Amino acid sequence: MSFDATYQNKSFNSVGTRPLRPDGVDKVTGRARYGADFNMPGQLVARVLRSPHAHARIKNIDTSRAEAVKGVKAIVTAADLPDLTDGDAGLFAILDNCMAREKAMYDGHAVAAVAAIDQKAAKAALNLIDVDYEVLPHVVDVDAATLPDAPVLNEKIFTQGVEPTPTMPSNVANRAEFGHGDVDAGFEQADLIVERSYKTEQTHQGYIEPHACVANCNPDGTAELWVCTQGHFVYRQNCADLLGLEASKLRVTSSEIGGGFGGKTHVWAEPVALALSRKANRPVKLVMSREEVFRASGPTSATSIDVKIGAKKDGTITAAEATLRYTSGPYAGMWAELGAMTSFACYDLESVKTVGLEVVVNRPKVAAYRAPSAPMAAFAVESAIDELAHKIGMDAVDFRIKNAASEGTKSSYGPVYGPIGIGPTLEAAKTHPHMSAPLGENQGRGMACGFWFNFGGQTCTDLNISADGTVTIAVGTVDVGGSRASLSLIAAEELGISYDDIKAVIADTSTLGYNDMTDGSRGTFSTSMATISAARNAIEVMRQRAALMWDIPLEDVYWEEGHAHAAGTKHGNRAPLSVKDIAAEAGNTGGPIAGHSELVADGAGVSFATHICDIEVDPETGSSRVVRYTVIQDAGKAVHPSYVEGQYQGGAAQGIGWALNEEYIYGEDGRLQNPGFLDYRIPVCSDLPMIDTQILEIPNPNHPYGVRGVGETSIVPPLAAIANAVSNAVGVRMAHIPLSPPRILAALNEANG
Amino acid sequence: MRYERPQTIEDATALLANADAKSFLLAGGTDLLVRMQNDDFEADLIVDIKSIAGMGNITETGGGFVIGAGVPCAALSENPALFVAWPGVVEAANLIGSTQIQGRCTMVGNLCNASPAADSVPALVAANARVRVAGPSGQREIAVLDVPTGPGKTSLKKGEIIEAILLPKRDGRAGDAYQRFIPRTEMDIAVVGVGVNLSLDDAGMVQSARVALGAVGPKVILSDKAAEAIIGTKLEESVLDALAAVCSDTSSPIDDKRGTVAFRKQVAGVLARRAAQTAYTRAGEK
Amino acid sequence: MSSIAVSTTINDDDVEFLCQPDETLLDVLRNRLGLMGAKEGCGTGDCGACSTIMDGRVVCSCLVLGAEAQGKTIETIEGLANGAELHPLQRKFIEHAALQCGICTPGFLMAAKALLEANPDPTETEIRFWLAGNLCRCTGYDKIVRAVQDAAAEMRGETA
Repeated sequence: MSFDATYQNKSFNSVGTRPLRPDGVDKVTGRARYGADFNMPGQLVARVLRSPHAHARIKNIDTSRAEAVKGVKAIVTAADLPDLTDGDAGLFAILDNCMAREKAMYDGHAVAAVAAIDQKAAKAALNLIDVDYEVLPHVVDVDAATLPDAPVLNEKIFTQGVEPTPTMPSNVANRAEFGHGDVDAGFEQADLIVERSYKTEQTHQGYIEPHACVANCNPDGTAELWVCTQGHFVYRQNCADLLGLEASKLRVTSSEIGGGFGGKTHVWAEPVALALSRKANRPVKLVMSREEVFRASGPTSATSIDVKIGAKKDGTITAAEATLRYTSGPYAGMWAELGAMTSFACYDLESVKTVGLEVVVNRPKVAAYRAPSAPMAAFAVESAIDELAHKIGMDAVDFRIKNAASEGTKSSYGPVYGPIGIGPTLEAAKTHPHMSAPLGENQGRGMACGFWFNFGGQTCTDLNISADGTVTIAVGTVDVGGSRASLSLIAAEELGISYDDIKAVIADTSTLGYNDMTDGSRGTFSTSMATISAARNAIEVMRQRAALMWDIPLEDVYWEEGHAHAAGTKHGNRAPLSVKDIAAEAGNTGGPIAGHSELVADGAGVSFATHICDIEVDPETGSSRVVRYTVIQDAGKAVHPSYVEGQYQGGAAQGIGWALNEEYIYGEDGRLQNPGFLDYRIPVCSDLPMIDTQILEIPNPNHPYGVRGVGETSIVPPLAAIANAVSNAVGVRMAHIPLSPPRILAALNEANG
Repeated sequence: MRYERPQTIEDATALLANADAKSFLLAGGTDLLVRMQNDDFEADLIVDIKSIAGMGNITETGGGFVIGAGVPCAALSENPALFVAWPGVVEAANLIGSTQIQGRCTMVGNLCNASPAADSVPALVAANARVRVAGPSGQREIAVLDVPTGPGKTSLKKGEIIEAILLPKRDGRAGDAYQRFIPRTEMDIAVVGVGVNLSLDDAGMVQSARVALGAVGPKVILSDKAAEAIIGTKLEESVLDALAAVCSDTSSPIDDKRGTVAFRKQVAGVLARRAAQTAYTRAGEK
Repeated sequence: MSSIAVSTTINDDDVEFLCQPDETLLDVLRNRLGLMGAKEGCGTGDCGACSTIMDGRVVCSCLVLGAEAQGKTIETIEGLANGAELHPLQRKFIEHAALQCGICTPGFLMAAKALLEANPDPTETEIRFWLAGNLCRCTGYDKIVRAVQDAAAEMRGETA
């Protein structure tokens, strides 16, 4: 049966309520099992040897002394993970990142790994692996890497996206351009122009759970992987491709996940664990240390962005332009491209041009981080927008409202928008009490908008009805923050039964069809769609069973409020049959009752948010403190409002950390100096105020309940909102994130002469 | 590697005196266990001193307070007499790490770890605190100021253990205070720290003062010039300006991941001013 | 390195174990005693995910040697509920959606338990500073602080 995903306005019984999450008790009692909480019989311990150099040719690796250590069962190097990627550059980058081949490309790059009977033996062996490095010149700064005299990381990289193709290799891997109209003509029409360069430093997702897995390769070619991941199907495919395994013979089970935020969307050490297991013929457990997480897993890009925006005195933007340079680590990525696409997405612009330049540097391979690339672009653009509003003498909100995109706007990255929430979030901000609250001494207020695409993708859900009428939904999108509760609400709504009668579980890769991972804010959007579809299919089966039970034609049975009803009066006053009634008879009416769904969830529905924040700056030390923060965001339809609020608050907190204190700090030697939570300073409880939220619901036309993704957009505005607030507090335009105390104090000193 | 839990100070010093170079004392463990995580860490002997009698005690004597080497910093603020007498020392010690760290970390550990950024040390130096050292050849007393000699280095000899911190008796109108700067509100290592201890005469004039600076040199700095700047004054605005200037000048910090030279020098002055004002207020309230 | 025999009390049970001299209490709990509720987020005392209560004080079990547990009284997340009856903090964390991924939750609960024992009526600021050693990357702390406030009120008998 084809599935109609069109939005239908209806009132809800379950959706929009706030029941207790089904995995709550497990998680407050310590029983929930995360990546490191699983063991197998005969399991070995793995450790990874990492490069101490930012850039070095690996001339030779001698493992003989390490192999002689008692208790060591296997050592692998790149030779044990041969290149099976067949020209797929993205996959090769993942492979090379898992285990360095010719060169170590960053401090922390894996060069060998050991499996041993215990930590002690593994550590001893690690210290006895002899790597002969030829240290090469390195570059870590985004701007320095683009200079003509910069060391070239990869002789095979010639900038793509420029005509003619360059003849010299370069650290600029790719150029991507977006926009429409004539920006030069637009700037000529402008009465006022703001032009400024901005910089943001590299941050890490900072999930509290380090990467962890247990890998088991059997001699018969089958294998298992227990792992904390945002997408076990994707991990299965990555591992199968890199190790030459048949995908169906590799069973991947996702553990509970202790945070990912994009950082657990592709494999890091899992293929290494499998390679060790294959070589040792024993299960292998590999858990990264916190230091390894920082040095060798998924940071976001460092950026350097030039923005130019022109407007008429009446506040109409006439042209907007941005050049965005994003680091991608040592391999080409698509991060600058995403930045270029998102930068002006909030606005309805006559003429706009954005250029994204992908820059390779000797830093860890960049991974997605919540609305990847959008926060930095929004920081630059929303800072310039604020500055322009000041110059024109217009209120920052009014200026944005005047230029906001709406339904029918051709977006800066191409598509024409459907119904969207940027205008409503701005209008809500304008009238929000926060906006008119008085400010204290040394305080400044800032606001900013943010955009994210959202994503749908491949999804598969099974819905099984037990003989007692209770329901299990088996889904393939990892629950990163409460989606099992949301999906149970969806199933309850569609079936017309109680939330308490539904149990949602995350199925492993052998028991459910392929699912894309939990990224792109797609978890609840796409899987709720598949759950609705599966529920409707199950209802169809229950109608058939009711018809059999009543011995009446199928067309005379309709479904309403969780019951099968006999239509009209011709079948007498038959009492409606509940799910429980029908399920109890399933064995006599055709066997178990289930609904399945496999679909590609299209039309995720773009998402917008507006944030407001108040900052207090200590003018003598440059210390700043967020004293009030408000998030206003469109959710389409908030399925479980508590967890929607949680996404808004969590994203805001991450953005606040990024804006104020988080950054990768490299020494002259190219080594990371702060690979720990002591000096990589994520916000602590006492750093933050309560974070107020306002949920707007502008239904997504492409989802039956109007749901949009909500997970990512909340990290987009904070960098700019905070920079605008600090700039307003100190009277100096702050253009370098993070706004750490030394940077703010230096700006204050400069302003005070 | 061996783990030993001696019951007497004599046993402890003997263990250390007879041990190889790679031996460590364990009190709160909040520095030692972090070091143990490092793959390069090697130890032959760890001597846990917390079972030695008196190590966990805070004792008020005729001469002041004796704080055992095993007293966790959280216990300091739970001792009302100590808190009233030396609020600056207690607030400095209570700034070390989180609640969880507070339950374990000790002032002696903070001192012997010899980090230039140790929070409790400037406050202890300002308070003119001393330590009782036990060693193979008996006991001796030295000033806290003389314990650290540089980053990670102390003047303790092989086999020596600091048994206790000795804080002088507090009389009259005197007060101390500690201020530090960190980027967040908690959980950071001090970028700059300043301890001020002063006493007032009957007219409210500063009679004696000690000003100590942390994280702005290879070890804690006791600035006589800073003390001279405020002695004989009532901390008038111009005096505070002079104090700030002296403290900024006296600082000789480095650029590192936690702060810049310029930032540290400037903020040292700001914090000295604030700490002095707090100490002055506290003294005046007595 | 020879193992050390340790006798201790964990969640009111007498427990004996052998450990290496350099083994942390966290590793003992997780790897030798099967008490995996304490999590290792950093191993250096910076995240609080391994928080346990030892002789009444909340500590990072990654910064305690297993050998130091001798003669101590240790409480872990596995002992927080009274049988099937959840501790008020546990209930309130679920009710307030104070967890998303949940990896930090056991540590927060143990730290919050110690807080409410020391201070049954903490202010928001006191809660925030007490819990500053427990990192959460998902929630922005808002709902955690509210859950602690609500649990404290209930434990004081003030719940409506």
